[in-house]
Amino acid sequence: MLTIKNLTVAYDATPVLADATVNFNAGKITGIIGPNGAGKSTLIKATLGLIKSQSGTAEFNGQPLSHQKKAIAYVEQRKDLDLSFPINVLDVVLTGTYADLGLLRSPGKAQRQAALAALDQVGMTAFAQRQIGNLSGGQLQRVFVARAIVQQADLIILDEPFVGIDLQSENAIMAILQQWRDAGKTIIVVHHDLNKVTRYFDDLVVMNHGIVDYGPVNEVYTARNIEQTFSADLSAVLFDQEVQA
Amino acid sequence: MTTITEFFAALSRYDFLQSALLTAIMVGIMSGIIGSFIILRGMSLMGDAISHAVLPGVAVAYMLGINVLVGASVFGILAALLIGFVAAHSKVKTDTAIGVVFSAFYALGFILISMAESATNLHHILFGNILAVSNHDIMTTAIVLGIVILFVTIFYKELLITSFDETFAATYGLKVQLIHYSLMLVLTLVTVSALQTVGIILVVAMLITPAATAFLWTNRLSLMLILSAAFGVVSATIGLYLSYTFNWASGPAIVLVAAAFFAIAFIFSPKQGFVRLKASLGKKARPKLSQEVR
Repeated sequence: MLTIKNLTVAYDATPVLADATVNFNAGKITGIIGPNGAGKSTLIKATLGLIKSQSGTAEFNGQPLSHQKKAIAYVEQRKDLDLSFPINVLDVVLTGTYADLGLLRSPGKAQRQAALAALDQVGMTAFAQRQIGNLSGGQLQRVFVARAIVQQADLIILDEPFVGIDLQSENAIMAILQQWRDAGKTIIVVHHDLNKVTRYFDDLVVMNHGIVDYGPVNEVYTARNIEQTFSADLSAVLFDQEVQA
Repeated sequence: MTTITEFFAALSRYDFLQSALLTAIMVGIMSGIIGSFIILRGMSLMGDAISHAVLPGVAVAYMLGINVLVGASVFGILAALLIGFVAAHSKVKTDTAIGVVFSAFYALGFILISMAESATNLHHILFGNILAVSNHDIMTTAIVLGIVILFVTIFYKELLITSFDETFAATYGLKVQLIHYSLMLVLTLVTVSALQTVGIILVVAMLITPAATAFLWTNRLSLMLILSAAFGVVSATIGLYLSYTFNWASGPAIVLVAAAFFAIAFIFSPKQGFVRLKASLGKKARPKLSQEVR
């Protein structure tokens, strides 16, 4: 379980994230939803120590997360990546073994086999030797999920993994997330597509410059919460649909 | 063709020419390797900055009679730290911080060099003087080459991951800042070695041009490092030949040869070559586009 307590992040005077306290359970896929600028990515990045927070703690299984970096796999939004980098798919997945290898060892046969097995799991074996710039958005995302598989992490965090990808890739990634859940890992997914919330997630965190609500998806995904964080119109559309269906 | 045989005859006859060639080859290898990481990290301007920022270090080393590598390293790292500090603690962007810091260091270097004029020659520092390489210089260059090869061999995967995906490296606990500043230190050492071959002004060309050429020919990092070193060596050798034969300054001659190799790659390379790019423009644009869709 990942426990975040009183996390505050401010770039200027006004905090992007104010006093966020939230739990993420093991063996669950937890979605984080909220409008643009709600602080979803900020919560993740501050939790991972990638950006500075003014206050707050992040503990994983009762120990500070900052002491357990090898237990984390983070699949970030891919928009800033240099797709022309001279690296192929297999070598990208192999970078997932670097943390375990430590400083002086290089990836060997065991690591290559693990990487190939992970590529097989996401259906990307045929692309192992492809330079990453020659992949579609969905294929690229599957490669980074394969890297997360290789990391054998207990806490897996994905930031907007389904943005701009094809349905086949989305299903392949979702299948992996469910395998991880069944293995008792803690899975966190920053998400923006409200339509699939009930299908994809066990638990849900609703955010708007802080935590609005969190808990099991059927308790948290309510007309009231959506109305409060997004808009009354959106809430009406979404929940009318559900009533009709 | 007679000039080539003459060059080889001269090479077997004159020690100074042998020393020059040996140094040029070593500098070609080390700048090709380190330059590859510089361009992949999008730090070409930083490479230029560090190569200029070592100038006061060179001057101080001459004044105090200490090893040039030591003096240059101190100022190279100082400049890298200062650039990082200014970029992190002010509103200006990194390239602006680089511009401010390196020009200040360069200016300070000019003044210090002119104060130490009796001991050294500004013209040689700026444009290189490869035909006056001493045995001591060769030894120093060989040591730096050894450091570069060791550094890249030992930290290959750390250099790869911090160049490709720094955020990922940071999440698994790699000290990305330490890797950055280590690379800056090694870059400083390479700069000082290349100083004698092509001069401060053109060091950046030795770092970037062979690496950029190699980048256009391959999709594999390991091969890029080897190709880049090879382009560096061939450019240095041909440049030295032109320099000897036509009495051109060695630095500009080497750099022009390197640029010619880049031009060939730009036109003909399979990856981003101008000729093929026109034919496959539609195909290439697709993966980028799907990234943009939100």
